[in-house]
Amino acid sequence: MMRLPARPVLLWLLGLALCAGIALRAHYTADMSAFLPRSPTPAQQLLVDQLTEGVLSRLLLVGIEGASPEARADLSRQLAKRLEEGGLFLSVRNGDAATLARDRELLFTHRYLLSPAVSPGRFTTEGLHDAVEASIDLLASPAGMVLKGLLRHDPTGEMMELIGSLDTSGSPASQHGVWASRDGRRAILMLQTRASGSDTDAQAAAITRIRDDFSALARQAGHPEARLLVSGAAVFAVNSRSAIESEAVRLTTLSTAAVISLLLLVYRSFTAVLLGLLPVASGALAGIAAVALGFGGVHGLTIGFGTTLIGEAVDYTIYYFVQSDGKDEGSWMERFWPTIRLGVLTSIFGFASLLFSGFPGLAQLGLYSIAGLITAATVTRFVLPHLRPAGFRIRDIAPVGRALSHFWNQLSRGRLVIPVLAIAAVVILVTHRDHLWSASLSGLSPVSAADQALDQSLRADLGAPDLRYLVVLKAADREAALRTAEAVGQRLDALVKEGALGGFETPARFLPSIATQTARQQSLPERSELARRLEAALVGLPLRASKLDAFLDDVEAARRQPLLTPEALKHTTLALAVDSLLLERPQGWTVLLPLRAPAGDTPLDPARIQAALAGSDALFVDIFGESNRLYQTYLDEAILLSLAGILAIVVLMAVALRQPARLLRVMIPVVAAELLVMAGLALGGQALTLLHLVGMLLIVAVGTNYALFFDRADSNPGDDPRTLASLLLANLATVIGFGALAFSPVPVLKAIGITVGPGAVLTLMLSAMLVRRPPR
Amino acid sequence: MTLHRPARTLTFALTLLLATSPALAAWDIAQLMTELARNQGGRALFTEKKYIALLDKPVISSGEMRYVAPDYLEKRTLKPRAETMILDRDQISLERGKQKFTLRLREQPEVLAFVASIRGTLSGDRAALEQNYALFLSGNRDNWTLNLSPSNPRIAELVTRITIGGSRQQVRSVEYLQADGDRAVMSIEPDDAR
Repeated sequence: MMRLPARPVLLWLLGLALCAGIALRAHYTADMSAFLPRSPTPAQQLLVDQLTEGVLSRLLLVGIEGASPEARADLSRQLAKRLEEGGLFLSVRNGDAATLARDRELLFTHRYLLSPAVSPGRFTTEGLHDAVEASIDLLASPAGMVLKGLLRHDPTGEMMELIGSLDTSGSPASQHGVWASRDGRRAILMLQTRASGSDTDAQAAAITRIRDDFSALARQAGHPEARLLVSGAAVFAVNSRSAIESEAVRLTTLSTAAVISLLLLVYRSFTAVLLGLLPVASGALAGIAAVALGFGGVHGLTIGFGTTLIGEAVDYTIYYFVQSDGKDEGSWMERFWPTIRLGVLTSIFGFASLLFSGFPGLAQLGLYSIAGLITAATVTRFVLPHLRPAGFRIRDIAPVGRALSHFWNQLSRGRLVIPVLAIAAVVILVTHRDHLWSASLSGLSPVSAADQALDQSLRADLGAPDLRYLVVLKAADREAALRTAEAVGQRLDALVKEGALGGFETPARFLPSIATQTARQQSLPERSELARRLEAALVGLPLRASKLDAFLDDVEAARRQPLLTPEALKHTTLALAVDSLLLERPQGWTVLLPLRAPAGDTPLDPARIQAALAGSDALFVDIFGESNRLYQTYLDEAILLSLAGILAIVVLMAVALRQPARLLRVMIPVVAAELLVMAGLALGGQALTLLHLVGMLLIVAVGTNYALFFDRADSNPGDDPRTLASLLLANLATVIGFGALAFSPVPVLKAIGITVGPGAVLTLMLSAMLVRRPPR
Repeated sequence: MTLHRPARTLTFALTLLLATSPALAAWDIAQLMTELARNQGGRALFTEKKYIALLDKPVISSGEMRYVAPDYLEKRTLKPRAETMILDRDQISLERGKQKFTLRLREQPEVLAFVASIRGTLSGDRAALEQNYALFLSGNRDNWTLNLSPSNPRIAELVTRITIGGSRQQVRSVEYLQADGDRAVMSIEPDDAR
């Protein structure tokens, strides 16, 4: 007989150990990609790639403020040098003359491989004549005077072809030889980390390195007044991770402490508090283990969500201790357990809807909550009775219930208020319907407004390209990718000529495919032949062939020159242009061609671009539209899932309660509380996000528990001081747990807090109003 | 490198446009500047010849110019190829066919020095001119020559001398002698008819 009671306890301990093992080995993340879709469209995949792995995710913008312009330029140069040597960065750019000279040098030595004008026709007698004549005409222009020095080497003007294809209007300003903001108050650097954007630890290390190096340099140079600004996706990721982590820890500690104090105050027994927290802790551990197993990693937010679990799971033990106190345990099991079991089931049905969400983050929350609640309830039901010491008693809190029961019974007189309030809430919601939902992902972003403003300002300083419109190509290898880029580039060139497109970027501009480079190389005639044609070509022009030996030498060299490779581009700014547009992915190569809208006010017409791309595999993407569409899709999905969850709960209760009248009595308080909370948020100017929706689901999950107690046929809690006290205590614990979240600066946590806190109180009050008066 | 030429060309052009006010009896730099300062702008036709050592013949271009006091100058080349250069406050832009280049003067101290000389001449600001150039005025009121000789060594590396010739308030020619021996000569005809 001794073994029987111990078996659940043993099983529980075994389970705990297992969960702890899994939780300890789990991989924890905090980036917002958990809130990006799991099965995206190609366009969305691109967006997600860019946000998690792409060049944009590795880009850090650095500003230096304070001190004199000369000092800033010096610091910029020294910082660039030191960071380049440090090895954490793929590239460090500050616009210094040396880099620009390297760029020019590379373009110049490879001009015959790079210039789109190079073709067999260019080097016929007529082609040469036309090209040289154009170059001479260009000398008349002030701009053409650059070429005066180049004319001996480059009479056909290939360098001008290359420079002409560079868009210089968007390039950063320069001051004392390095990049500076337009207003001249900051020096600017652009860094690309070696680590990928999703490796938050490595990104954090890189950011720390920048700060450390800078403060050391500023001290050495005697410019303590110089300030460093760092921005970029990685800074956001690192900051939000630390914000979420510290918030999760802070809030969990805070609400746990508050709940423990509350329980201590009520129970007046450490043993009771300890026992009461066992199911909660077991539930949290099981939740983490389940998520780790199910998703291969646990998001920091999921842990932060642990605080909210306390709010609900702690209720079970409160009911158990308070309601069974002084009574036969078996009778508690008989009287209250079915109600609690139905409550737990309701919650599970609610959270199960999150499991189907396309957002891994929400699905994690769902799994975590389900596993946590089942465990907490099971531990309360099957383990706690075995752990309960003989003669265990808590302070009788029935007097509290008795003291309040009069007030509570009065509440039911106000039941007519419910329809009035509900109608008012509906009116408010209808009038606010256009602004009810937050229209973009930024509502979920934990990035502070100040961080976003800094990022925008640094981006504007750099004239960073507007990446709104992209053409995306896929290919099996780099050569195929570049060839496809060249083919699509020709279609886009036609659009540029027609004026439908302002221009576009392509990696093939600085790294043509091997095929193209070879073709250009083969169109160069050998020296004696070129000399013969040149002689004929210059007839009628004021330039003598005898002055163009350097040209003959250069063309001859270009015929034997090794083709341009990605390695050759290293240490030039051109590498960044190629690397950011030509991406190697596990599933192949991706090419991005950012498009520029036509000059003036003409907007880019997506239909024309798509028409021009028809028949190719190229994909036209409007990133801005796509990310908003993405969010809208998932918001719609979440609303649908939540409704499905609520429907499932209604069906469950209809089956369990059997009588429509009882079902109504349970559902009305919950639905009315939801309406009131939403109306309150709308009045407060809060745009609702996905997380508010999760909060709504939680109100249903928690609120039905209260409603079910008030519905119980055999007693009215208002007449049973002990049950009433347990409900009040449970409600208070819930409000503390969620209320703490409401004060969090992290939007996702706050959203849940301000929804569930008021929702829980409202449901309890409304349930009390609807209580069935026993006929007297 | 790129910009010195345009800037030089501008210097000439601008200087020419300035001299529209009547000359006064005692002809000296101060008088010339006073007259220039009254210039509110106008239009002119230009022809420019560039003598380049590498070429057998000079490169000839022509077109029209427009100046609006104090800091807007437009040079519209029509031959041999259409091209427009605009100096507007802090910015020089050059448009040729579909290509357009824009430069902010603050970033290019040397170009700024050229522009300062242009503006100094246009607005008759002798002090601004003398920051970068030594001024020599010769001839008489009906046939004067103003020499700008760079005192700033960075400019002197590119330009040896800027010579502006005129008659009374009328600028007739601007010659621009480069450090490498090449030179550009621009003749200007006011186009008051328009």
